Amino acid sequence: MEKLIVKNLNHHYGFTSILENINFELNKGQVLSIVGPSGGGKTTLMHLCADLIDVQEGNIKNSFTSSSFAFQESRLLPWKNVIDNIALGLKAQKISTKMAQVRAKKIALRFGLEEIDFDKFPKDLSGGMRQRVSFARALVTKPSLLFLDEPFSALDIGLKKELQSLLIEMIDKKELSVLFITHDLMEAIRLSDEILLLKADPGRIVKKFKYDLPQSKRDDKFVYSQSAKILQDEEIIDTFELELK
Amino acid sequence: MKFVFKILKDFPSYLWSGWGAIASIFLFFACWDLGYQIYGELVLPSPLETLSTLWVMSHNDSVIEDAKITLYRAFFGFGLSVLFGSILGLIAGLFATASIMSRPIVTILVGMPPIAWIVLAMIWFGMGDFTVIFTVVVASFPIVFVGALQGTRTLEGDLKEMGKSFKLPLHVKFLDIYFPHIFSYIFPAWVAALGMAWKIVVMAELLSTSDGIGAALAVARSHLDTPTALALVVIMISSMMFIEYIILEPIKREVELWRN
Repeated sequence: MEKLIVKNLNHHYGFTSILENINFELNKGQVLSIVGPSGGGKTTLMHLCADLIDVQEGNIKNSFTSSSFAFQESRLLPWKNVIDNIALGLKAQKISTKMAQVRAKKIALRFGLEEIDFDKFPKDLSGGMRQRVSFARALVTKPSLLFLDEPFSALDIGLKKELQSLLIEMIDKKELSVLFITHDLMEAIRLSDEILLLKADPGRIVKKFKYDLPQSKRDDKFVYSQSAKILQDEEIIDTFELELK
Repeated sequence: MKFVFKILKDFPSYLWSGWGAIASIFLFFACWDLGYQIYGELVLPSPLETLSTLWVMSHNDSVIEDAKITLYRAFFGFGLSVLFGSILGLIAGLFATASIMSRPIVTILVGMPPIAWIVLAMIWFGMGDFTVIFTVVVASFPIVFVGALQGTRTLEGDLKEMGKSFKLPLHVKFLDIYFPHIFSYIFPAWVAALGMAWKIVVMAELLSTSDGIGAALAVARSHLDTPTALALVVIMISSMMFIEYIILEPIKREVELWRN
Protein backbone atom coordinates (compact mmCIF):
# COMPACT_ATOMS: atom_id res chain seq x y z
CA MET A 1 0.00 0.00 0.00
CA GLU A 2 1.33 3.44 -0.96
CA LYS A 3 1.75 5.70 2.03
CA LEU A 4 3.37 8.84 3.32
CA ILE A 5 4.45 8.57 6.93
CA VAL A 6 5.87 11.50 8.88
CA LYS A 7 7.35 10.67 12.26
CA ASN A 8 8.78 12.93 14.96
CA LEU A 9 9.72 15.58 12.46
CA ASN A 10 11.60 18.66 13.69
CA HIS A 11 13.03 21.44 11.59
CA HIS A 12 15.13 24.53 12.33
CA TYR A 13 16.42 27.52 10.48
CA GLY A 14 19.45 28.56 12.49
CA PHE A 15 18.27 28.72 16.08
CA THR A 16 14.62 29.26 15.18
CA SER A 17 12.50 26.19 15.45
CA ILE A 18 10.10 25.99 12.50
CA LEU A 19 8.48 22.61 13.03
CA GLU A 20 8.21 20.60 16.20
CA ASN A 21 7.31 16.96 16.61
CA ILE A 22 5.11 16.53 13.55
CA ASN A 23 3.43 13.14 13.13
CA PHE A 24 0.88 12.07 10.54
CA GLU A 25 0.06 9.47 7.93
CA LEU A 26 -1.40 9.88 4.46
CA ASN A 27 -2.86 6.79 2.80
CA LYS A 28 -3.59 6.07 -0.82
CA GLY A 29 -6.74 7.80 -2.08
CA GLN A 30 -6.86 10.17 0.90
CA VAL A 31 -6.83 13.94 1.06
CA LEU A 32 -4.98 15.42 4.00
CA SER A 33 -5.10 19.15 4.59
CA ILE A 34 -2.79 21.19 6.72
CA VAL A 35 -4.39 24.42 7.82
CA GLY A 36 -2.90 27.16 9.88
CA PRO A 37 -2.00 30.83 9.84
CA SER A 38 0.55 32.22 7.39
CA GLY A 39 4.16 31.85 8.44
CA GLY A 40 3.37 28.78 10.48
CA GLY A 41 5.72 26.43 8.66
CA LYS A 42 3.14 24.86 6.35
CA THR A 43 5.19 25.34 3.22
CA THR A 44 8.34 24.09 4.93
CA LEU A 45 6.49 20.96 6.00
CA MET A 46 5.24 20.42 2.44
CA HIS A 47 8.70 20.92 0.96
CA LEU A 48 10.12 18.42 3.43
CA CYS A 49 7.49 15.86 2.42
CA ALA A 50 8.16 16.48 -1.28
CA ASP A 51 11.90 16.05 -0.71
CA LEU A 52 12.65 19.59 -1.91
CA ILE A 53 14.58 20.28 1.28
CA ASP A 54 16.51 17.84 3.43
CA VAL A 55 15.09 16.39 6.62
CA GLN A 56 17.11 17.46 9.67
CA GLU A 57 15.47 15.47 12.43
CA GLY A 58 12.88 12.74 12.34
CA ASN A 59 11.63 10.57 9.56
CA ILE A 60 9.63 10.88 6.36
CA LYS A 61 8.76 7.72 4.50
CA ASN A 62 7.20 8.17 1.10
CA SER A 63 6.20 4.96 -0.68
CA PHE A 64 4.00 6.61 -3.31
CA THR A 65 5.12 5.57 -6.76
CA SER A 66 4.91 9.04 -8.25
CA SER A 67 4.26 12.56 -7.10
CA SER A 68 4.00 16.08 -8.42
CA PHE A 69 3.76 19.55 -6.99
CA ALA A 70 1.46 22.48 -7.75
CA PHE A 71 2.92 25.64 -6.29
CA GLN A 72 1.24 28.70 -4.91
CA GLU A 73 2.52 30.69 -7.87
CA SER A 74 2.31 29.09 -11.29
CA ARG A 75 6.10 28.76 -11.80
CA LEU A 76 5.84 28.28 -15.55
CA LEU A 77 8.90 28.49 -17.76
CA PRO A 78 8.55 31.90 -19.44
CA TRP A 79 10.31 30.71 -22.61
CA LYS A 80 7.97 27.81 -23.27
CA ASN A 81 4.47 27.92 -24.64
CA VAL A 82 1.45 26.49 -22.85
CA ILE A 83 1.69 22.99 -24.28
CA ASP A 84 5.45 22.66 -23.78
CA ASN A 85 5.06 23.86 -20.21
CA ILE A 86 2.47 21.21 -19.49
CA ALA A 87 4.50 18.54 -21.26
CA LEU A 88 7.53 19.35 -19.07
CA GLY A 89 6.18 17.10 -16.35
CA LEU A 90 6.27 14.17 -18.77
CA LYS A 91 9.91 14.67 -19.69
CA ALA A 92 11.07 12.85 -16.61
CA GLN A 93 9.02 9.83 -17.63
CA LYS A 94 10.70 8.79 -20.89
CA ILE A 95 7.57 9.43 -22.94
CA SER A 96 8.07 10.32 -26.60
CA THR A 97 7.76 14.02 -27.41
CA LYS A 98 4.85 13.37 -29.71
CA MET A 99 2.90 11.40 -27.13
CA ALA A 100 3.68 14.02 -24.50
CA GLN A 101 2.25 16.73 -26.76
CA VAL A 102 -0.93 14.74 -27.33
CA ARG A 103 -1.42 14.16 -23.63
CA ALA A 104 -0.64 17.78 -22.79
CA LYS A 105 -3.21 19.04 -25.30
CA LYS A 106 -5.83 16.66 -23.98
CA ILE A 107 -5.44 17.76 -20.39
CA ALA A 108 -5.21 21.44 -21.39
CA LEU A 109 -8.64 21.22 -23.00
CA ARG A 110 -9.99 19.48 -19.95
CA PHE A 111 -8.73 22.31 -17.76
CA GLY A 112 -10.62 24.89 -19.77
CA LEU A 113 -7.79 26.14 -21.96
CA GLU A 114 -8.59 26.73 -25.62
CA GLU A 115 -6.69 25.72 -28.69
CA ILE A 116 -5.78 29.33 -29.54
CA ASP A 117 -3.96 29.53 -26.22
CA PHE A 118 -1.71 26.55 -26.89
CA ASP A 119 1.10 28.49 -28.56
CA LYS A 120 1.00 31.43 -26.16
CA PHE A 121 3.85 32.22 -23.79
CA PRO A 122 3.06 32.67 -20.09
CA LYS A 123 3.45 36.45 -20.37
CA ASP A 124 0.36 36.51 -22.62
CA LEU A 125 -1.82 34.54 -20.19
CA SER A 126 -3.98 35.85 -17.38
CA GLY A 127 -3.18 34.83 -13.82
CA GLY A 128 -6.03 32.33 -13.77
CA MET A 129 -4.95 30.72 -17.02
CA ARG A 130 -1.39 30.41 -15.78
CA GLN A 131 -2.64 28.63 -12.70
CA ARG A 132 -4.65 26.25 -14.89
CA VAL A 133 -1.52 25.49 -16.89
CA SER A 134 0.43 24.88 -13.70
CA PHE A 135 -2.31 22.58 -12.46
CA ALA A 136 -2.42 20.73 -15.75
CA ARG A 137 1.36 20.32 -15.62
CA ALA A 138 1.13 18.76 -12.18
CA LEU A 139 -1.68 16.37 -13.15
CA VAL A 140 -0.61 15.37 -16.66
CA THR A 141 1.88 12.94 -15.15
CA LYS A 142 -1.01 11.13 -13.43
CA PRO A 143 0.73 11.33 -10.07
CA SER A 144 -0.31 9.05 -7.33
CA LEU A 145 0.44 11.75 -4.75
CA LEU A 146 -0.23 15.43 -5.40
CA PHE A 147 1.25 18.23 -3.31
CA LEU A 148 -0.90 21.34 -3.39
CA ASP A 149 0.55 24.50 -1.88
CA GLU A 150 -2.40 26.92 -1.80
CA PRO A 151 -2.78 26.77 -5.55
CA PHE A 152 -6.29 28.26 -5.40
CA SER A 153 -5.45 31.28 -3.29
CA ALA A 154 -5.05 33.72 -6.20
CA LEU A 155 -8.07 32.55 -8.18
CA ASP A 156 -11.59 33.94 -8.46
CA ILE A 157 -14.46 31.96 -6.94
CA GLY A 158 -15.66 30.47 -10.23
CA LEU A 159 -12.30 29.16 -11.31
CA LYS A 160 -11.55 27.94 -7.81
CA LYS A 161 -14.72 25.86 -7.82
CA GLU A 162 -14.07 24.55 -11.30
CA LEU A 163 -10.58 23.30 -10.44
CA GLN A 164 -11.79 21.89 -7.15
CA SER A 165 -14.50 19.87 -8.90
CA LEU A 166 -11.95 18.44 -11.29
CA LEU A 167 -9.88 17.45 -8.30
CA ILE A 168 -12.87 15.94 -6.49
CA GLU A 169 -13.65 13.88 -9.59
CA MET A 170 -10.18 12.34 -9.47
CA ILE A 171 -10.26 11.83 -5.71
CA ASP A 172 -13.57 10.07 -6.09
CA LYS A 173 -12.07 7.53 -8.44
CA LYS A 174 -9.42 6.91 -5.79
CA GLU A 175 -6.67 7.54 -8.32
CA LEU A 176 -5.14 10.41 -6.41
CA SER A 177 -3.89 11.18 -2.92
CA VAL A 178 -3.43 14.79 -1.97
CA LEU A 179 -1.40 16.64 0.61
CA PHE A 180 -2.99 20.04 0.67
CA ILE A 181 -1.90 23.28 2.31
CA THR A 182 -4.37 26.07 2.80
CA HIS A 183 -5.39 28.82 5.16
CA ASP A 184 -8.96 28.66 3.87
CA LEU A 185 -11.00 26.46 6.21
CA MET A 186 -13.97 26.07 3.85
CA GLU A 187 -11.71 24.89 1.08
CA ALA A 188 -10.16 22.37 3.46
CA ILE A 189 -13.56 21.11 4.56
CA ARG A 190 -14.74 20.70 0.97
CA LEU A 191 -11.76 18.62 -0.08
CA SER A 192 -10.27 16.78 2.88
CA ASP A 193 -10.68 13.46 4.59
CA GLU A 194 -8.59 14.77 7.42
CA ILE A 195 -7.54 18.26 8.49
CA LEU A 196 -4.48 18.92 10.61
CA LEU A 197 -4.37 22.18 12.47
CA LEU A 198 -0.84 23.60 12.50
CA LYS A 199 -0.15 26.20 15.16
CA ALA A 200 2.69 28.64 14.58
CA ASP A 201 5.91 29.41 16.49
CA PRO A 202 7.04 26.68 16.33
CA GLY A 203 4.81 24.81 13.92
CA ARG A 204 3.10 21.94 15.69
CA ILE A 205 -0.06 19.97 15.13
CA VAL A 206 -2.59 20.82 17.82
CA LYS A 207 -5.74 19.15 16.54
CA LYS A 208 -7.07 16.78 13.88
CA PHE A 209 -10.52 16.82 12.30
CA LYS A 210 -11.94 13.92 10.30
CA TYR A 211 -14.66 13.96 7.63
CA ASP A 212 -16.09 10.69 6.38
CA LEU A 213 -18.66 11.90 3.84
CA PRO A 214 -17.27 11.35 0.29
CA GLN A 215 -16.14 14.63 -1.29
CA SER A 216 -18.58 14.32 -4.19
CA LYS A 217 -21.52 14.24 -1.73
CA ARG A 218 -20.47 17.38 0.13
CA ASP A 219 -22.75 20.21 -0.85
CA ASP A 220 -22.54 23.87 0.12
CA LYS A 221 -24.79 23.26 3.11
CA PHE A 222 -22.42 20.65 4.47
CA VAL A 223 -19.42 22.90 3.97
CA TYR A 224 -21.10 25.91 5.60
CA SER A 225 -22.41 23.99 8.59
CA GLN A 226 -19.07 22.27 9.18
CA SER A 227 -17.24 25.56 8.82
CA ALA A 228 -19.54 27.17 11.36
CA LYS A 229 -18.92 24.28 13.71
CA ILE A 230 -15.18 24.28 13.32
CA LEU A 231 -15.03 28.03 13.85
CA GLN A 232 -16.45 27.51 17.36
CA ASP A 233 -13.59 25.19 18.19
CA GLU A 234 -11.32 26.64 20.82
CA GLU A 235 -8.10 25.44 19.25
CA ILE A 236 -9.11 27.02 15.93
CA ILE A 237 -9.98 30.31 17.61
CA ASP A 238 -6.67 30.25 19.44
CA THR A 239 -4.54 29.25 16.45
CA PHE A 240 -6.00 31.76 14.05
CA GLU A 241 -6.30 34.37 16.84
CA LEU A 242 -9.97 34.84 16.07
CA GLU A 243 -11.06 36.19 19.47
CA LEU A 244 -11.57 39.89 19.71
CA LYS A 245 -8.93 41.59 21.72
CA MET B 1 16.18 23.24 -37.16
CA LYS B 2 12.60 24.41 -36.66
CA PHE B 3 14.05 27.48 -35.06
CA VAL B 4 16.30 28.38 -38.02
CA PHE B 5 13.37 27.87 -40.35
CA LYS B 6 11.22 30.24 -38.32
CA ILE B 7 13.91 32.94 -38.43
CA LEU B 8 14.10 32.61 -42.22
CA LYS B 9 10.33 32.68 -42.53
CA ASP B 10 10.00 35.89 -40.54
CA PHE B 11 12.96 37.49 -42.29
CA PRO B 12 11.09 39.23 -45.19
CA SER B 13 8.63 40.90 -42.84
CA TYR B 14 11.54 41.95 -40.66
CA LEU B 15 13.30 43.53 -43.66
CA TRP B 16 10.09 45.26 -44.65
CA SER B 17 9.97 46.89 -41.22
CA GLY B 18 13.31 48.57 -42.01
CA TRP B 19 12.00 51.50 -44.04
CA GLY B 20 12.15 53.79 -41.04
CA ALA B 21 15.80 52.93 -40.52
CA ILE B 22 16.57 53.57 -44.19
CA ALA B 23 14.82 56.94 -44.05
CA SER B 24 16.93 57.90 -41.07
CA ILE B 25 20.12 56.86 -42.88
CA PHE B 26 19.18 59.05 -45.83
CA LEU B 27 18.54 61.93 -43.46
CA PHE B 28 22.01 61.38 -42.09
CA PHE B 29 23.44 61.54 -45.62
CA ALA B 30 21.59 64.81 -46.17
CA CYS B 31 23.15 66.36 -43.05
CA TRP B 32 26.53 65.07 -44.16
CA ASP B 33 26.11 66.75 -47.53
CA LEU B 34 25.13 69.97 -45.79
CA GLY B 35 28.33 69.80 -43.79
CA TYR B 36 30.27 69.36 -47.04
CA GLN B 37 28.60 72.42 -48.55
CA ILE B 38 29.52 74.54 -45.53
CA TYR B 39 33.06 73.35 -44.79
CA GLY B 40 34.33 72.23 -48.16
CA GLU B 41 35.96 69.14 -49.54
CA LEU B 42 39.13 68.98 -47.49
CA VAL B 43 37.34 68.89 -44.16
CA LEU B 44 34.33 66.84 -45.17
CA PRO B 45 34.12 65.32 -48.64
CA SER B 46 30.61 64.90 -49.99
CA PRO B 47 28.84 61.56 -49.55
CA LEU B 48 28.94 61.14 -53.31
CA GLU B 49 32.69 61.52 -53.47
CA THR B 50 33.16 59.23 -50.49
CA LEU B 51 31.02 56.54 -52.05
CA SER B 52 32.79 56.80 -55.41
CA THR B 53 36.14 56.48 -53.60
CA LEU B 54 34.70 53.46 -51.86
CA TRP B 55 33.70 52.03 -55.24
CA VAL B 56 37.22 52.46 -56.58
CA MET B 57 38.69 50.99 -53.40
CA SER B 58 36.46 47.97 -53.59
CA HIS B 59 38.20 47.04 -56.82
CA ASN B 60 41.60 47.41 -55.26
CA ASP B 61 43.12 44.12 -54.10
CA SER B 62 45.23 45.62 -51.35
CA VAL B 63 42.18 47.20 -49.70
CA ILE B 64 40.32 43.91 -49.81
CA GLU B 65 43.38 42.23 -48.34
CA ASP B 66 43.41 44.83 -45.53
CA ALA B 67 39.73 44.25 -44.85
CA LYS B 68 40.28 40.50 -44.66
CA ILE B 69 43.14 40.94 -42.21
CA THR B 70 41.06 43.19 -39.99
CA LEU B 71 38.11 40.85 -40.16
CA TYR B 72 40.32 37.95 -39.17
CA ARG B 73 41.78 39.80 -36.18
CA ALA B 74 38.43 41.05 -34.97
CA PHE B 75 36.74 37.67 -35.22
CA PHE B 76 39.65 35.72 -33.81
CA GLY B 77 39.78 38.02 -30.79
CA PHE B 78 36.02 38.03 -30.46
CA GLY B 79 35.89 34.25 -30.73
CA LEU B 80 38.46 33.87 -27.95
CA SER B 81 36.52 36.29 -25.75
CA VAL B 82 33.27 34.46 -26.35
CA LEU B 83 34.82 31.11 -25.64
CA PHE B 84 36.69 32.01 -22.47
CA GLY B 85 34.28 34.71 -21.30
CA SER B 86 31.29 32.40 -21.52
CA ILE B 87 32.93 29.40 -19.91
CA LEU B 88 34.65 31.30 -17.11
CA GLY B 89 31.58 33.45 -16.52
CA LEU B 90 29.38 30.38 -16.17
CA ILE B 91 31.78 28.75 -13.76
CA ALA B 92 32.18 31.93 -11.72
CA GLY B 93 28.41 32.29 -11.59
CA LEU B 94 28.02 28.84 -10.10
CA PHE B 95 30.10 29.66 -7.03
CA ALA B 96 29.31 32.59 -4.77
CA THR B 97 32.96 32.99 -3.78
CA ALA B 98 34.15 33.04 -7.36
CA SER B 99 31.61 35.65 -8.36
CA ILE B 100 32.45 37.89 -5.42
CA MET B 101 36.17 37.56 -6.09
CA SER B 102 35.87 38.16 -9.80
CA ARG B 103 33.91 41.39 -9.46
CA PRO B 104 36.79 43.77 -8.69
CA ILE B 105 38.89 42.15 -11.40
CA VAL B 106 36.13 42.72 -13.91
CA THR B 107 35.84 46.32 -12.76
CA ILE B 108 39.55 46.77 -13.38
CA LEU B 109 39.31 45.19 -16.83
CA VAL B 110 36.28 47.28 -17.79
CA GLY B 111 37.66 50.46 -16.29
CA MET B 112 41.07 50.23 -17.94
CA PRO B 113 41.01 52.34 -21.12
CA PRO B 114 41.70 50.24 -24.23
CA ILE B 115 44.34 52.70 -25.35
CA ALA B 116 46.34 51.83 -22.24
CA TRP B 117 46.11 48.15 -23.13
CA ILE B 118 47.37 48.91 -26.62
CA VAL B 119 50.40 50.72 -25.26
CA LEU B 120 51.15 47.88 -22.85
CA ALA B 121 50.61 45.26 -25.55
CA MET B 122 52.97 47.12 -27.87
CA ILE B 123 55.64 47.04 -25.16
CA TRP B 124 55.02 43.40 -24.32
CA PHE B 125 54.44 41.90 -27.73
CA GLY B 126 55.85 44.41 -30.21
CA MET B 127 54.08 45.47 -33.38
CA GLY B 128 51.88 42.96 -35.10
CA ASP B 129 48.96 40.59 -35.10
CA PHE B 130 49.30 39.45 -31.54
CA THR B 131 49.12 42.95 -30.08
CA VAL B 132 45.88 43.66 -31.91
CA ILE B 133 44.25 40.38 -31.01
CA PHE B 134 45.33 40.71 -27.42
CA THR B 135 43.75 44.16 -27.17
CA VAL B 136 40.53 42.94 -28.72
CA VAL B 137 40.38 40.08 -26.25
CA VAL B 138 41.01 42.16 -23.12
CA ALA B 139 38.45 44.72 -24.22
CA SER B 140 35.62 42.36 -25.11
CA PHE B 141 36.25 39.52 -22.68
CA PRO B 142 34.87 41.30 -19.58
CA ILE B 143 31.59 42.08 -21.36
CA VAL B 144 30.96 38.42 -22.15
CA PHE B 145 32.19 37.35 -18.74
CA VAL B 146 29.80 39.67 -16.91
CA GLY B 147 26.89 38.55 -19.12
CA ALA B 148 27.53 34.89 -18.41
CA LEU B 149 28.11 35.56 -14.71
CA GLN B 150 24.86 37.45 -14.31
CA GLY B 151 22.94 34.87 -16.31
CA THR B 152 24.08 32.14 -13.94
CA ARG B 153 23.70 34.22 -10.79
CA THR B 154 20.12 35.21 -11.54
CA LEU B 155 18.76 31.72 -12.12
CA GLU B 156 15.50 31.63 -10.25
CA GLY B 157 15.32 29.43 -7.20
CA ASP B 158 11.60 28.97 -7.78
CA LEU B 159 12.10 27.41 -11.19
CA LYS B 160 14.96 25.25 -9.94
CA GLU B 161 12.70 23.96 -7.21
CA MET B 162 9.96 23.29 -9.74
CA GLY B 163 12.41 21.26 -11.83
CA LYS B 164 13.41 19.33 -8.74
CA SER B 165 9.79 18.61 -7.83
CA PHE B 166 9.27 16.92 -11.19
CA LYS B 167 12.51 14.96 -10.76
CA LEU B 168 13.67 16.15 -14.16
CA PRO B 169 16.85 14.49 -15.43
CA LEU B 170 19.94 16.68 -15.50
CA HIS B 171 20.02 17.25 -19.26
CA VAL B 172 16.37 18.33 -19.31
CA LYS B 173 17.00 20.67 -16.39
CA PHE B 174 19.94 22.18 -18.21
CA LEU B 175 18.29 22.50 -21.63
CA ASP B 176 14.85 23.65 -20.52
CA ILE B 177 15.43 25.56 -17.31
CA TYR B 178 18.99 26.87 -17.12
CA PHE B 179 20.06 27.33 -20.73
CA PRO B 180 17.25 29.63 -21.99
CA HIS B 181 17.69 31.90 -19.01
CA ILE B 182 21.47 32.09 -19.28
CA PHE B 183 21.27 32.52 -23.04
CA SER B 184 18.97 35.51 -22.66
CA TYR B 185 21.77 37.20 -20.74
CA ILE B 186 24.74 35.93 -22.66
CA PHE B 187 23.50 36.62 -26.18
CA PRO B 188 23.15 40.40 -25.77
CA ALA B 189 26.58 40.32 -24.14
CA TRP B 190 28.00 38.64 -27.25
CA VAL B 191 26.45 41.32 -29.42
CA ALA B 192 27.91 44.09 -27.28
CA ALA B 193 31.31 42.37 -27.26
CA LEU B 194 31.28 42.09 -31.04
CA GLY B 195 30.64 45.83 -31.33
CA MET B 196 33.50 46.47 -28.95
CA ALA B 197 35.84 44.14 -30.86
CA TRP B 198 35.04 45.92 -34.10
CA LYS B 199 35.92 49.33 -32.68
CA ILE B 200 39.03 48.25 -30.83
CA VAL B 201 40.52 46.34 -33.74
CA VAL B 202 40.78 49.48 -35.88
CA MET B 203 42.24 51.52 -33.08
CA ALA B 204 44.83 48.90 -32.28
CA GLU B 205 45.76 48.50 -35.92
CA LEU B 206 46.11 52.22 -36.40
CA LEU B 207 48.72 52.36 -33.67
CA SER B 208 50.51 49.09 -33.89
CA THR B 209 50.45 47.46 -37.32
CA SER B 210 51.28 48.16 -40.94
CA ASP B 211 48.35 46.29 -42.43
CA GLY B 212 44.59 46.14 -41.94
CA ILE B 213 41.95 48.84 -42.15
CA GLY B 214 43.33 50.71 -39.15
CA ALA B 215 46.75 50.98 -40.77
CA ALA B 216 45.16 52.12 -44.03
CA LEU B 217 43.38 54.78 -42.01
CA ALA B 218 46.73 55.94 -40.60
CA VAL B 219 48.15 56.18 -44.12
CA ALA B 220 45.14 58.18 -45.31
CA ARG B 221 45.61 60.56 -42.41
CA SER B 222 49.27 61.15 -43.21
CA HIS B 223 48.35 61.93 -46.82
CA LEU B 224 45.48 64.16 -45.68
CA ASP B 225 43.35 61.96 -47.91
CA THR B 226 39.98 62.64 -46.30
CA PRO B 227 37.82 60.81 -48.88
CA THR B 228 39.78 57.58 -48.35
CA ALA B 229 39.61 57.97 -44.57
CA LEU B 230 35.87 58.46 -44.73
CA ALA B 231 35.45 55.58 -47.15
CA LEU B 232 37.26 53.33 -44.67
CA VAL B 233 34.99 54.54 -41.91
CA VAL B 234 32.01 53.74 -44.12
CA ILE B 235 33.35 50.21 -44.62
CA MET B 236 33.64 49.71 -40.86
CA ILE B 237 30.25 51.12 -40.05
CA SER B 238 28.34 49.43 -42.84
CA SER B 239 29.82 46.04 -42.05
CA MET B 240 28.91 46.54 -38.40
CA MET B 241 25.37 47.50 -39.36
CA PHE B 242 25.09 44.50 -41.64
CA ILE B 243 26.12 42.10 -38.89
CA GLU B 244 23.93 43.74 -36.29
CA TYR B 245 20.74 44.33 -38.26
CA ILE B 246 20.76 41.57 -40.85
CA ILE B 247 22.23 38.71 -38.87
CA LEU B 248 21.95 39.28 -35.13
CA GLU B 249 18.74 41.23 -34.72
CA PRO B 250 16.48 38.60 -36.39
CA ILE B 251 18.00 35.92 -34.19
CA LYS B 252 17.56 38.08 -31.12
CA ARG B 253 13.91 38.67 -31.95
CA GLU B 254 13.16 34.97 -32.20
CA VAL B 255 15.16 34.14 -29.10
CA GLU B 256 13.45 36.77 -26.99
CA LEU B 257 9.91 36.28 -28.20
CA TRP B 258 8.87 35.13 -24.75
CA ARG B 259 10.02 38.31 -23.05
CA ASN B 260 7.74 41.09 -21.92
